[in-house]
Amino acid sequence: MKYGLCFYFMKVFTAIISLVFILFASKVQTQVLREFDTYDTLSSSIFKNNDTTYVINFWATWCAPCVKELPYFEAFNKKYKEQKFKVVLVSLDFKRQIKSHLLPFITKNKIASEVVIMNDKKYDTWLPKVDASWSGSIPATYLIQGDKKLFAEREFANLEELEDFIFSFSKYK
Amino acid sequence: MNVLFQILFTISILTNGDVRVPNSGFQPGDKASDFDLKSVDGKNYSLASFKDAKGFIVVFTCNSCPFAVMYEDRIVELSKKYSKKGYQVIAINPNDPEVKPDDSYEKMKVRAKDKGFDFPYLFDESQTVYPSYGATKTPHVFLLDRNHIVKYIGAIDDNAEDASQVEEKYLENAIAALDKGKEPVPAVTKAIGCSIKVKSK
Repeated sequence: MKYGLCFYFMKVFTAIISLVFILFASKVQTQVLREFDTYDTLSSSIFKNNDTTYVINFWATWCAPCVKELPYFEAFNKKYKEQKFKVVLVSLDFKRQIKSHLLPFITKNKIASEVVIMNDKKYDTWLPKVDASWSGSIPATYLIQGDKKLFAEREFANLEELEDFIFSFSKYK
Repeated sequence: MNVLFQILFTISILTNGDVRVPNSGFQPGDKASDFDLKSVDGKNYSLASFKDAKGFIVVFTCNSCPFAVMYEDRIVELSKKYSKKGYQVIAINPNDPEVKPDDSYEKMKVRAKDKGFDFPYLFDESQTVYPSYGATKTPHVFLLDRNHIVKYIGAIDDNAEDASQVEEKYLENAIAALDKGKEPVPAVTKAIGCSIKVKSK
């Protein structure tokens, strides 16, 4: 009887500990990343044909110039997210490095813009769908709003350069 | 909706002054310019150094880019296989070592020795050769015939991450076509790679 009661308390205790742990863990968890196996599913899930300008940055944690310019996309997102701009960071990280590199990078740098994972490795099939001129080097950025788009296979040296590029495409009032 | 986007993607609407000119450099059918660059053995090489070559596999690559590294063993294998058939592999590092210290000439020597490169590994120190070819990334392959006519531009195959999962060997198929006197199809492929490292102005 005594053992039964003790066992019962232990169970309750374990349940409380688990609950606390789950609550804590969910707070630490920054964002659940959407993964796409094809470019068509990525584009149909992300781009809505409305007045939002989508700022799409193709990057990877192994790409030094990408990592260098990421803070400007983050800054842009923070500054203009209320103004019908949506920044989406499309990670081209290797599948085997999602857990070891990408997720820790997002947590460590507190990335607030949405990060999605592009799993389609058949580059010759989907790169031309983004832009016929894209040779495949990253970073690369493209903007889409309704039926307009602008692609650039380039880096940005600061927030101002990024703003100039985006506002040459979509006027900000 | 998808159809709509497909249409949008095929229409290039805007241009921007800041963007690198996408179609600069060689296209299939162009005659490639020769170069004279220093290799890891201290000697200079050019296309003209290989008078008997049936063709050239010119690959812009480097020590530091993970994509280039994933292809290193495959480039060594290609050289072993195709040098016997008269095709010369020439690797060229286009990166500025001030931006990427791992791509210095000294580090190139170490890498070539470690990996047993049996082909020239040239240093485009003045960064003039890669723009003339229109290389934008590493790795970036240009297949030339014996007369230095560009026959194929792009990737080695369709799976950088796993050589055992390759479905299409673009470069080898292009060489096979060239061998038969045919034009490679596709003559151009796209693949992700690392941008070529240049000092910012």
